[in-house]
Amino acid sequence: MGTGLLGVLMERQGRAATTSASSTRDPASDEPDGRRQEPLRRRSNSASAPAVGDSALTEEVRRDRPGSYSGTTSVSRQRVETLRKKRPLFPWFGLDIGGTLVKLVYFEPKDITAEEEEEEVESLKSIRKYLTSNVAYGSTGIRDVHLELKDLTLCGRKGNLHFIRFPTHDMPAFIQMGRDKNFSSLHTVFCATGGGAYKFEQDFLTIGDLQLCKLDELDCLIKGILYIDSVGFNGRSQCYYFENPADSENCQKLPFYLKNPYPLLLVNIGSGVSILAVYSKDNYKRVTGTSLGGGTFFGLCCLLTGCTTFEEALEMASRGDSTKVDKLVRDIYGGDYERFGLPGWAVASSFGNMMSKEKREAASKEDLARATLITITNNIGSIARMCALNENINQVVFVGNFLRVNTIAMRLLAYALDYWSKGQLKALFSEHEGYFGAVGALLELLKIP
Amino acid sequence: MAECGARGSGSSGDSLDKSITLPPDEIFRNLENAKRFAIDIGGSLTKLAYYSTVQHKVARVRSFDLSGQDVAEQDRESPYEISVQEEVTARLHFVKFENTYIEACLDFIKDHLVNTETKVIPATGGGNIPHEAFAYQKDADPEFRFQTNHPHIFPYLLVNIGSGVSIVKVETEDRFEWVGGSSIGGGTFWGLGALLTKTKKFDELLHLASRGQHANVDMLVQDIYGGAHQTLGLSGNLIASSFGKSATADQEFSQEDMAKSLLHMISNDIGQLACLYAKLHGLDRVYFGGFFIRGHPVTMRTITYSINFFSKGEVQALFLRHEGYLGAIGAFLKGAEQDNPNQYSWGENYAGSSGLRSASPELCPTQRARSGTFDLLEMDRLERPLVNLPLLLDPSSYVPDTVDLTDDAQAREHWLTCFEEALDGVVKRAVASQPGSVDAAERAEKFRHKYWDKLQTLRHQPFAYGTLTVRSLLDTREHCLNEFNFPDPYSKVKQKENGAALRCFQRVVGALDALGWEERQLALVTGLLAGNVFDWGAKAVADVLESDPHFGFTEAKRKLEERPWLVDCYDRWLRRLKGPPHKCALIFADNSGVDVILGVFPFVRALLSRGTEVILACNSGPALNDVTYSESLIVAEHIAAMDPVVHAALREERLLLMQTGASSPCLDLSRLDEGLASLVRERGTDLVVIEGMGRAVHTNYEAALRCECLKLAVIKNAWLAERLGGRLFSVIFKYEVPAEVPAE
Repeated sequence: MGTGLLGVLMERQGRAATTSASSTRDPASDEPDGRRQEPLRRRSNSASAPAVGDSALTEEVRRDRPGSYSGTTSVSRQRVETLRKKRPLFPWFGLDIGGTLVKLVYFEPKDITAEEEEEEVESLKSIRKYLTSNVAYGSTGIRDVHLELKDLTLCGRKGNLHFIRFPTHDMPAFIQMGRDKNFSSLHTVFCATGGGAYKFEQDFLTIGDLQLCKLDELDCLIKGILYIDSVGFNGRSQCYYFENPADSENCQKLPFYLKNPYPLLLVNIGSGVSILAVYSKDNYKRVTGTSLGGGTFFGLCCLLTGCTTFEEALEMASRGDSTKVDKLVRDIYGGDYERFGLPGWAVASSFGNMMSKEKREAASKEDLARATLITITNNIGSIARMCALNENINQVVFVGNFLRVNTIAMRLLAYALDYWSKGQLKALFSEHEGYFGAVGALLELLKIP
Repeated sequence: MAECGARGSGSSGDSLDKSITLPPDEIFRNLENAKRFAIDIGGSLTKLAYYSTVQHKVARVRSFDLSGQDVAEQDRESPYEISVQEEVTARLHFVKFENTYIEACLDFIKDHLVNTETKVIPATGGGNIPHEAFAYQKDADPEFRFQTNHPHIFPYLLVNIGSGVSIVKVETEDRFEWVGGSSIGGGTFWGLGALLTKTKKFDELLHLASRGQHANVDMLVQDIYGGAHQTLGLSGNLIASSFGKSATADQEFSQEDMAKSLLHMISNDIGQLACLYAKLHGLDRVYFGGFFIRGHPVTMRTITYSINFFSKGEVQALFLRHEGYLGAIGAFLKGAEQDNPNQYSWGENYAGSSGLRSASPELCPTQRARSGTFDLLEMDRLERPLVNLPLLLDPSSYVPDTVDLTDDAQAREHWLTCFEEALDGVVKRAVASQPGSVDAAERAEKFRHKYWDKLQTLRHQPFAYGTLTVRSLLDTREHCLNEFNFPDPYSKVKQKENGAALRCFQRVVGALDALGWEERQLALVTGLLAGNVFDWGAKAVADVLESDPHFGFTEAKRKLEERPWLVDCYDRWLRRLKGPPHKCALIFADNSGVDVILGVFPFVRALLSRGTEVILACNSGPALNDVTYSESLIVAEHIAAMDPVVHAALREERLLLMQTGASSPCLDLSRLDEGLASLVRERGTDLVVIEGMGRAVHTNYEAALRCECLKLAVIKNAWLAERLGGRLFSVIFKYEVPAEVPAE
């Protein structure tokens, strides 16, 4: 990945680190109570709890944090002070390290006072500037600008929430950068979820001198979804569905207001798939999961077509015809199979035509990509439908990065769920597809319930 | 294995090209006699069924016509004459093959059907149509139960994995419902496999998969979580994302690894869906069928694993040995409605059915080619319906076999060796039984080959022909003998021994009558056991009988173990005899000659004298030197001529001779002749006597009945004796009284 995203960051951090080191000795902002709530309630869960000495240092350092509200008047001061006490240091990140992608959400405070800005350590400032003034970081990091949530109030601070992703295999470089530029001196807390929070924990600690706050990925997912749904999407609805999903002419993406979100079946399609039944804010269970997920689609596409990116795979799929690859009901029965109520267009055997040499030769790469997409999507739809029936839930929300720029899959899920359930089940989608885990991790950092 | 390779002349070896790799007449056996024919051309496999008649030889016994002859019966060497006749029986053939071969096969079929009165029934097409499964199941229910070896069959979920997957909920024989399906099935494995690898054949793809490491292609939980999965209580080897590691442009993956990953992906997916459907419908058993499963240990294993994983052990995965014919069989039986299938039972012909397909490369090429390409199932029509013995304590849980050799490797090795070693003797006996036949030696060699092949297959794949038991080994041997027109190799031996034993009958009975009551009871039992020593089926005894033809009844008694026997309930039995007589005893006889005449008949006679009615049940057809029903009739007639007790009992129908419906050295109490079963019920049978190793030890040793039961046998196999804690000629005398019946 070279010096792309992280390279720039590293450079700026370098300068920032020194500044920050000097500013930590500022005694001006001592708190009267001298104690601040330990923001990492889950930290005790982590395998290596920090030693007492470290803890004390952390407290001290936190007290040194530049106060931005020292000049405000009495009435609001108390409330603000309470918030401030609970508030962790900037920068505010939420990290979700998945099997394929790292999702990073970053809160950019927009209410920084001049005074605050002056006191802001250089490294913090550079991070903020760098992340918010770019849309791509190096060759692999991308900020999904269209997803940015504006004018959000978090812990009493107003700002914008940014959504950034980069491949998990660039994680070691990310950590190395943290080490090189002494990121740990910022004393920021990394709240991270996803399997990578465990996999890279030791690296964060030994290489980057950073203690990860590991969070349960399903907790974060649910928390993130409920929160994001509650704040909407810059005045629009977060949740949506498809009207006439099978009809290219009349298919419409329409907003859906989750007035009564429970119970809800949540299908998270990342590299693999997790399916959760959510009964209330704090009551959910993992119903099942399948290994046939986004990673399978992309992995098989790489093998079958030689494509190199997810976008390329989807682009090929959009030009392909899966019926050349799949064996349909009508290929076997000549039409509908009425006895079982099977329509002729239904797939009887995914890749079934590829048993024949002639048909293998006739199928294009695009056809294969399309068939792979259809196969994986239909299967997820089918498992989700069975889970919804077993759990007696009729609204199914599909999230996860498999659905990113993947209208084909979403429309197919919408159609399949509606068709096979005879209209009983509704497929819902959410604008921030793959970022809920990361948002949940950020909310944990901020102790937002 | 070279000798196996030589089989199937005209075969093109192990080439798996488009030509039929074996002579079609070996596959479409008996096609020229086909009376009805059905074909089901599915998505990837063609299945066909035909109903044909088979002409084969049967040995008949007949009493001499005594009128006009002045030879005293006592002087005659043999008490009856044997004739070999031709008999025509009905057989169902099921053949299944990949569509690749369809042209060659159809040509062959056309040629052979042209001159017959054949009704061609166009089948439904579309491969796996579960509805027909149940027509089949319904009409051949006993057969099906036998195959599954699982008595509580309903309700269940049937998952047929053909090109795609069909899921059917089956509540009763008549109530079933298609509840769902999935497009990820055998066709996906095959199709994707052919795209991802250079291998284009289904079987070879499976073989490729069996050598691969899926962890090289799949993203596992440990790949995402690192080492932490352990502290989180996750199994690191779980697949998080199938093909997750192949999402990269700069790495090559081995064909084996990709095939393995594909296999896991598809098996897991089907298993998961099956569990979801099972849960939705509240079912805990799932039967899997279809070509993806059929005979492939690899897929059976992965599916079972998946079911266990997703259901947390709550759902059981079950497999049928011959399924996938469902479409063809159903269509076929629909066309055969006028035959009223309820009048018959069907029994599998082990000689004609192919074993499970092998992924084992050790097997000889022709065997592999044939079994991998064509799958055969033959079922013989038995003329009478078979039912449960009404006295079974719990018919639904009854399993005849004592030891499952599929599980018990040590026992399996022993018995396979035992059957191999006995093969020479059986071949010799078969030739000797047809002294006038010019081709007897040649046929006997063919028999040797066929049975030897089957034994070798079983060594490599114990499950090849379903549950492997001593009974299935014995039955397979009988079927193979019949196949080569040796309907009753022991007929001559039995004839001679019956004659000799009849000549001793009066002396034995006289001696017994001279004894005091208590002494006589023991002598009757000892006689029964001594008679059972005479068994050509046991190699230890066959050797003695071969080398010493005058091995006598007295000598046999001396061989018997002294009391206390290995299993000795005699004292309890004696106490019982001091009580009121039984109302009716059902006795399953074992061997011809000394056993039935000097052992069983005196015992029968004593029961009759006590006022107990007796039903003597013998095999319907020949098996080893076991006494057959027809022979028992003649023997009884001869004894009646000498003995007033038996004579009167026969006349007054207090002694009834019945046939069991079986032709096996073993005994399956869930498949008995309907006539016998109703008689047992009518007469209020309250005692069952099962005699012999095959019937009382290899089978039924653990069988629980609702009435008193005697299980008697002499262990004529040193290995088995040792395993049971005894020695050769140890005695089993098991007297069982069910809990609810007052003992004395």
